[in-house]
Amino acid sequence: MSRKLFSDALEQRLDEVLFASPSHRSAKKLADGLEQLDRAQQERVLHWVGVAAQSYAEIGYLVASLAPKALERLDAAGFEAWVLAGLDAYDRHGGQAAMALLRDLDGFCAGRDHADATARLDESEARLGRFLQGLSGRPLALSAGAFAHTDSETVFLPAQLAALPSAADNRRLYKAMAALLWAQTRYGTFGSTAVDIGAALSRWEDRERALRWFAALEAIRLEAVIGAELPGLSAEIAALRGPWPEALREAVGRLGRHDAAVSHSLTFLAECMAGEQEPPQLPHAGAIDLDAVLSVRAARIARDSETVRRALSTLKGFGGRQPSGEQTLAVNTEGGKVEFTLDGEVAALPPEAQAAAQSLLQDLGELPPECLVPAGPGAWQPTHREGSEGSVADALTRHREPHRRYDEWDYRRRAYRRGWCHLFEVNLAPGDADYVAKVSLRNTALINQIRRRFEMLRGEDRLLGRQPEGEEVDIDALVDAAGDRASGAEPSARLFCRRIRNERSLAAMFMVDMSGSTKGWVNDAERESLVMLCEAVEALGDRYAIYGFSGWTRTRCDIYPVKRFDEPYDAAVRARIAAIEAKDYTRMGVAIRHLTHLLEAQPARHKLLVTLSDGRPDDFGDEYRGHYGIEDTRRALQEAHERGVRSYCVTIDRHGADYLPRLYGPARYTVLDDVKKLPLKVADIYRRLTT
Amino acid sequence: MSDTRHATAPKLQLTGKEPYYQPIRDEVALFESAHRRRLPVLLKGPTGCGKTRFVEYMAWRLKRPLVTVACHDDLTTADLVGRYLIIGNETVWVDGPLTAAVRAGAICYLDEIVEARKDTTVVIHPLADARRILAVDKRGELVAAPDDFMLVVSYNPGYQSVLKEIKPSTRQRFVALDFDYPKASVEAGIVATEGQVDAETARRLVKLGELTRNLKGAGLDEGASTRLLVHAAHLIADGVEPATACTAAVARALTDDPDMTGTLDDLVRAVF
Ligand SMILES: Nc1ncnc2c1ncn2[C@@H]1O[C@H](COP(=O)(O)OP(=O)(O)OP(=O)(O)O)[C@@H](O)[C@H]1O
Ligand SMILES: [Mg+2]
Repeated sequence: MSRKLFSDALEQRLDEVLFASPSHRSAKKLADGLEQLDRAQQERVLHWVGVAAQSYAEIGYLVASLAPKALERLDAAGFEAWVLAGLDAYDRHGGQAAMALLRDLDGFCAGRDHADATARLDESEARLGRFLQGLSGRPLALSAGAFAHTDSETVFLPAQLAALPSAADNRRLYKAMAALLWAQTRYGTFGSTAVDIGAALSRWEDRERALRWFAALEAIRLEAVIGAELPGLSAEIAALRGPWPEALREAVGRLGRHDAAVSHSLTFLAECMAGEQEPPQLPHAGAIDLDAVLSVRAARIARDSETVRRALSTLKGFGGRQPSGEQTLAVNTEGGKVEFTLDGEVAALPPEAQAAAQSLLQDLGELPPECLVPAGPGAWQPTHREGSEGSVADALTRHREPHRRYDEWDYRRRAYRRGWCHLFEVNLAPGDADYVAKVSLRNTALINQIRRRFEMLRGEDRLLGRQPEGEEVDIDALVDAAGDRASGAEPSARLFCRRIRNERSLAAMFMVDMSGSTKGWVNDAERESLVMLCEAVEALGDRYAIYGFSGWTRTRCDIYPVKRFDEPYDAAVRARIAAIEAKDYTRMGVAIRHLTHLLEAQPARHKLLVTLSDGRPDDFGDEYRGHYGIEDTRRALQEAHERGVRSYCVTIDRHGADYLPRLYGPARYTVLDDVKKLPLKVADIYRRLTT
Repeated sequence: MSDTRHATAPKLQLTGKEPYYQPIRDEVALFESAHRRRLPVLLKGPTGCGKTRFVEYMAWRLKRPLVTVACHDDLTTADLVGRYLIIGNETVWVDGPLTAAVRAGAICYLDEIVEARKDTTVVIHPLADARRILAVDKRGELVAAPDDFMLVVSYNPGYQSVLKEIKPSTRQRFVALDFDYPKASVEAGIVATEGQVDAETARRLVKLGELTRNLKGAGLDEGASTRLLVHAAHLIADGVEPATACTAAVARALTDDPDMTGTLDDLVRAVF
């Protein structure tokens, strides 16, 4: 390990990471405190102080001042957890809460000691999220909430669970809660066309009590319904909850059946409400916040019907552009899968319409006729007014001449807007010259691992046969020559094999999202993954380039060269990687078009465009937001494909998965639910893509 | 033609017993039409969804011998078409599998065509269009395919590597049949029959398959194929405890990622 830093050096480094501090306090005192630590600890502290300061300078300051004390009591992982807990508190509850949490070091350490019995949502979240996705149905987001419930799009769970004696049990409790909430959205708790839950529950004067009973009865019913298809899961839930309380015995007899419907629960609810009893507490079952559900659900149904109706209107011969006589649409929902047939032939809807139909089926139990009326031309409501967009920004940037102009696809017009986007290549001012070295220092093991793996790929030699000279005799050629000689033909003299290094002939372009939404950890993760990537690709010897993009309306689409194809991976490039930061908006289409243009000029046989972003295209003014941006991006990817550029999109956005298949239609993509995985995953993906 | 001796090519056999194949859509009728009309066929679909089995079944049904070649990136033209061997003091020509199949009017199945080198793929071009001939360059021979000969190739579009894509000039010679995992009830029938398990076990295995397929693109490159479900069924039929069988045959076969393994274990436990 390198020598430890002394106070002066520390002070300078602290000044760099805390530069935004409004307090103008000298870093001198902080530096003195850190002097006693060893170098690895110092680097760790400086790193986390920097991370914290990006959210809020005061937190960075506090972390630096408490770090020596914290490191006396916490190991590396503990220290990281402590800072993260503080940042988490900041995100959720603001600066005061964060400072309080960080100052309460005793509390934090005590919590960590007892942590072995507590399950924390943030630790189980990724696994639970994937579990819910596996159970399928509509995608459900997962989030921390004051109590366990769902609004039918997000499952809210408490941030910590300590109800059961061991952490493993508490983690299982999370799973049971999540599964039951998923089942509420899946098996009709919130009604259907036949059952109006809102009306059914407003019958009761004490609606709160009715909802508590309803939640308990549904917990019984849903556990049984889950058991039909997922017997293992219902058994696990049953084991966790233990025997049902006496007060629910009768309900269990009546509702604990595979085929029980919500109407049965409602019938039984009437009997419960007639009595005086309060429903027993069920720690494994969530509550029902009916008002939250009903508004979310109504909005979704409206949206989904609209999507389906629009898709139907484009089906040829069905209310579409060329009506060719009367055709009949039939919907088959057998096995829970919606299938449309038009005069007996299966009609494939675009994926997002298919998903919307599936979602309607889940919400309504059927596809009611009004959702199957194709939207007439009148339903297309172009909201755009020419020239209304971002006029202030237009004025601000008008004086510059763009380097290039690019067309943009307007899906409403089904045409390009010619020369619509003004593209500027903007140079990044060099950032911290030591950034890359620091990241490398923190990730030595990982980088070595990546480098080894990639070097192995590079070492893939190929044996070239039928050479005039070489290190081995080529038996095939020898035999052929003998054959030729025998048949009187002139035998070839190319009788040797030669080992050659495989020519990969590949040019890769990495396009990095520098929009404002990447501020903070996403941006950090992007930069760190670039460090890993450069190591990896350098080991391979492929040609590659890195460009960042961001912008502000169509008249200021900025592209930031980080590394051009013909530049070596040198100090200047490293300083530019450090300078990648969150700027403005995400107009993705034009960036893809420009980088495709650059890639096209490369002499390589295979061309690869890898985008790193945090999700949806978006720009100032509402135009590029939503459908328009998605369609334009999709179009740009398609154009790239037509020009022989293969795209791969890496997205950090667990909850955006529903629009991604549409957005990335012509490309391949992957979604990461956790920014921390980005650096590792990106190198891995690159390897998979190019071997 | 050269006067070298013609080595006895391996005799092509007809499939004796009817292979078990459960039709999914109209692929049997389409394949038969293509055969009658002498059109080559491209089978597209994810791994383990029954493409190979389908070709075996069709060969049996059409009473044609089947020649299968698993393509790989070292496969040369000679490996397909044939080469001279030296036997004793003589050079002897041996037909490659493709030539043998053409001569015999067999069905030639090139499995995973994208794996083959691009220059190898080109020899099938004249065979896969209206000419229906195979050029055996070394012998200066053009072999015309009899009417019964049929070329079938398979291809898994789920590949991620940009280096493995099928060229349009190749792809546009074929009638393409899309394969995918069948709907749950049908797939359960396949798993029960192939894996020799009862209907309920098969149904649960298919449910597990469905759950893993929901994770495609969200941590898994592919969900569990029918093949994996059949494997699990076999283990269960052999007395292995179902959850253990699924963990070994499905969960561990799908991923090495420790996070993902945890999720798959949860799903296995949910079903069994
Ligand atoms: N329709 C079907 N009828 C009968 N068996 C099937 C069917 N579909 C799948 N199977 C079962 O799945 C197994 C795998 O199928 P097969 O080997 O044909 O897959 P494949 O599509 O050729 O896969 P790959 O692309 O990996 O070669 C078969 O051995 C068989 O047990
Ligand atoms: Mg196969």
